[in-house]
Amino acid sequence: MKKKLLCALLALSMLFVLAACGGAPAENTDASETETSTPAEPSTPDDTAAPDEQAELSGETETNPEPADTPNEPTPAAPVEGAFKLGGTGPLTGGAAIYGNAAKNGAQIAVDEINASDSAVKFDLRYEDDAHDAEKAVNAYNALKDWGMQISLGSVTSKPAEATSAESFADNIFSLTPSASSPATIAGKDNVFQMCFSDPNQGTASAEYIGTQNLGSKIAVIWKSDDVYSKGIRDTFLEEADAQGLEVVSDQTFSDGNATDFSVQLNDAKTKEADLVFLPMYYEPASLILAQASAMGYAPKWFGVDGMDGILTMQGFDASLAEGVMLLTPFNADSSDEATAKFVAEYEKRFGEKPNQFAADGYDCVYAYCQALTAANATPDMDAATINGLMKEQFTTMTFHGLTGTESGLTWDETGAVSKSPKGMVITNGAYVGMD
Amino acid sequence: MRRFFGYAPIFYFCVRGEFRVNFIIQFISSLTSGGGGYQLLNHIINGISLGSVYAIIALGYTMVYGIAKMLNFAHGDVIMVGAYVCFYAFGALKLPGALAVFAPLIAICAAVAVCTLLGVTIEKLAYKPLRAAPSLAVLITAIGISYFLQNAALLLWSSSPKVFPSFFVFKSVNEAGEAVTLRSVQIGSVSVSFVTIVTIISCVVIMLWLTWFTGRTKMGKAMRACSEDKAAAQLMGIDVNATISLTFAIGSGLAAIAGALLCSAYPNLVPTTGSMPGIKAFTAAVFGGIGSIPGAFLGGLLLGVLEIFAKAYISVQLSDAVVFAVLIVVLLVKPTGLLGRTVREKV
Amino acid sequence: MKKSPFHFLTYILVIGAYAALQVLQARGELSATMRGMLVPICAYVVMAVSLNLTVGVLGELSLGHAGFMSVGAFLGTSTAIALQDAVPVPGVRLTIALIVAALFAALAGFLIGIPVLRLNGDYLAIVTLAFGEIIKAVFNNLYLGVDSRGVHISLLEDVTNTAKDGRLIIQGPMGIGGIQKISTFTAGFILIMISLIVIFNLVGSRAGRAIMAIRDNHIAAQSVGVNIIKYKMMAFVTSAALAGAAGALFAMNYSTVVANKFDFNTSILILVFVVLGGLGNMLGSIIAAAVLTILPEALRPIAEYRMLLYAVLLILMMLTANHPFVKGFFNRFRQTGQFQLQGDDEEKEAAA
Repeated sequence: MKKKLLCALLALSMLFVLAACGGAPAENTDASETETSTPAEPSTPDDTAAPDEQAELSGETETNPEPADTPNEPTPAAPVEGAFKLGGTGPLTGGAAIYGNAAKNGAQIAVDEINASDSAVKFDLRYEDDAHDAEKAVNAYNALKDWGMQISLGSVTSKPAEATSAESFADNIFSLTPSASSPATIAGKDNVFQMCFSDPNQGTASAEYIGTQNLGSKIAVIWKSDDVYSKGIRDTFLEEADAQGLEVVSDQTFSDGNATDFSVQLNDAKTKEADLVFLPMYYEPASLILAQASAMGYAPKWFGVDGMDGILTMQGFDASLAEGVMLLTPFNADSSDEATAKFVAEYEKRFGEKPNQFAADGYDCVYAYCQALTAANATPDMDAATINGLMKEQFTTMTFHGLTGTESGLTWDETGAVSKSPKGMVITNGAYVGMD
Repeated sequence: MRRFFGYAPIFYFCVRGEFRVNFIIQFISSLTSGGGGYQLLNHIINGISLGSVYAIIALGYTMVYGIAKMLNFAHGDVIMVGAYVCFYAFGALKLPGALAVFAPLIAICAAVAVCTLLGVTIEKLAYKPLRAAPSLAVLITAIGISYFLQNAALLLWSSSPKVFPSFFVFKSVNEAGEAVTLRSVQIGSVSVSFVTIVTIISCVVIMLWLTWFTGRTKMGKAMRACSEDKAAAQLMGIDVNATISLTFAIGSGLAAIAGALLCSAYPNLVPTTGSMPGIKAFTAAVFGGIGSIPGAFLGGLLLGVLEIFAKAYISVQLSDAVVFAVLIVVLLVKPTGLLGRTVREKV
Repeated sequence: MKKSPFHFLTYILVIGAYAALQVLQARGELSATMRGMLVPICAYVVMAVSLNLTVGVLGELSLGHAGFMSVGAFLGTSTAIALQDAVPVPGVRLTIALIVAALFAALAGFLIGIPVLRLNGDYLAIVTLAFGEIIKAVFNNLYLGVDSRGVHISLLEDVTNTAKDGRLIIQGPMGIGGIQKISTFTAGFILIMISLIVIFNLVGSRAGRAIMAIRDNHIAAQSVGVNIIKYKMMAFVTSAALAGAAGALFAMNYSTVVANKFDFNTSILILVFVVLGGLGNMLGSIIAAAVLTILPEALRPIAEYRMLLYAVLLILMMLTANHPFVKGFFNRFRQTGQFQLQGDDEEKEAAA
């Protein structure tokens, strides 16, 4: 019996040791990888030595003013004096974790930049995990409210955002979501704004683009049936495709449970001789579709939407698979634009990977807040409801220039939707090239 | 009739036009027409390639269930760990010239070693103390382990997807003198990818080896004895604990191979990679008769083919529902699965 | 199963907890997090006690309990939305919705019970899992609209042609949006009390003794003339109905609900409550449901290690709860014969 107790104790200590050194090195592992371009040693849950070494290694090379081992810390060690409490929820764990973490990391970079600058407005950022679930999102939102959140970054994904935006509307807390793009997020709430453009716009824009540029005559669409984002784009795409006189020969779906095998969908498109396949989805399933199409020797033109951005940043992705893929995206990590280049460099340094569009949206949200709060002369001692009133006024009148969107800047209308036009890009030799 | 519908508030069903009530007719006509035959063959091939992945995972499930009589819901996550280890090991290996061919093999071996160790550790720490506890307690602990592995992987390897390297491709030169990558082989009018061929071969080899191992070797016989009656096995001088540990070692080693093959076929690697194939493979194992080694193989293949057929001929959205419905029907007709043994219950 | 004093204690504790929380809430001493979790905790408590009826009292492992929650959530919420104008009082509307949800879930339980209850053990478990997944797939593809012409239902694609004056309530994979939040803590408390009354009365009745006889030895029970299918069905349908009501209560606490919420993981979560609280022990289920719902929220300060620590705590709780030392002398004298007593017999020990 003592032996068993000892066993349990050992288990506990092992787990805690792992917990203590497991997380922080994760980012550093990646960071050291991109610097030396040799992937890290295999490390396993019971192999704690490797991450330790790497932590030391990257700790030495780290020149970042932020503490090297806490890049993911939601709140800075010492809270900034007189800062606005800015909160957001997103999936930091679970299957959608990549989106939540990206938005959070992007926002964190913006907050650190602003706090280090001479800007009068300072932020105290806190992100809570909602695991891409409405129930947990409301819990996360309430936790932020207990913390004293004054302005909100809403939720990263659409369904949780629908739940939290209803709460923040009821509580009079202004909310600007980086990436929750469904119309239901902002519908009927005058204090919920979006940084990303809404789904219907993208579908229309894509079909228009394909139609006017004569990119294909027979179109296949593969979309994710249980994703608001995907369905929203697909619905308006079909509508506009009809108006453009495009023939949609194949309309196939997949869902969370069967997002690995696309042979049936691709076969359908292939036998119906589709020469262009429209993929309104995020880049993760898209990368699988491209790989499987290549394996079966099917090479149509591919057309993606903003969720496709990030496909080139996937570790180990064979860029030749994405050769010639066209997509509409508001953000381009390879842009030569100075602000973008600076952001991308900082992001790569801190998180060891290229930022995707979610990170850029998160970054832009914080800067948009900074601009609006400065213009409104808001001070951190105001309560959430007062700031709410000021922000509603500012956001409907101001023009914002960020990483995403075009040179003319972004504006918002009364409903909270942003006016933003996507850029047409084509992947050539593993990099985006603007297409006109 | 239509007018009647227009009147009073009543319930009615309208199911999408061509659905699928007549899908059987469609199916038969596709069998007879030429192009349909090609399609059918293609779907069967795709089904087998999906099914072979399920089968190889199901073998691990059935092994552990058959001997230790526990539903190891963490199996899918051990697969994920195996795939990650394989991914990093392959990336770290820099073999010169001709030796590079062996890099995937070495990476898989590393994954097998790590997963075996992991499996034995999990068994020692979490399952062994519960040997005398109700089976439900072990089930919940397995789920705890599953959460743990997923979240540990999230912290260690971050949430961004890794693209698994293509192990089974051949570099070749085409007629025009350009370098091309061969991923599949053309048999008649259909193409079969190398991954599928390798997966099926490994599946058969593993199945035969497991059958031989449990049937012919001393250790295997000890395993079967434990599965029959632990107390009696102990009386016969079999070290029950060591035997169950060995079972976990083998099951976890198989999980590593399954992970490498799963990710070769579907090359996206995230911390939740293992969970859905894990559930599907568990279903496959039950389908074939859980505890039966050939049953897991058969169940996996059938489930894969069934899933692809359901997607192609009924509806992609409802494919999971169809697969599970067939499972229910099979279990009602044959309550212990296709190749499961019927155990007579006594008072 | 202990008799009435234990039941009495359960009632007292639930009422006490409700009163205490109400007082705290009235005095504004509850945090926003806690206030936000009151209704979901009630829903999970009802889910846990209802599953305990199937797993603990009837002795059949169900891995698809979230499916019934889903049926209740979708149909109950649809009812509430459809009645939005006809029944303006939220309390009445909620009551009607909960009853409708319970009825539909009971119907689903009955239909599923016909095939499921013919099986045993792990095979029964996998079939319930399968039904849970089927329900999820169906609701993910179901479209339901209500207008002046009546109710329209379609599968796979929205061809309901819901008129402009109506409303498309269930929108396939998008689930239901724009739900009015009419669930209240008091409603949740009443639902818990009703569940407890129903379950305790069932367990204490002749039928309950028959159900437990089936659990302990179904062949022996059959041999003395207990109608196995009837009593199994009774427990299963009651359990499903309560789960349906809990689902409706849960869904109407948020502005949106999707079918993917009620997946295998949710079923497992409920099962964890039941196993941790003790099979057949309703008070245990209530406490476990409340504690394990609050735990992940309480762990928020440790940020990214939260779910990792949750997993570790879960494993440790299972290990401790089943540790011989903790189980006490009661089990100690059985140690020598542990292999014979393993499995089913032990489960019954825990339940008794």
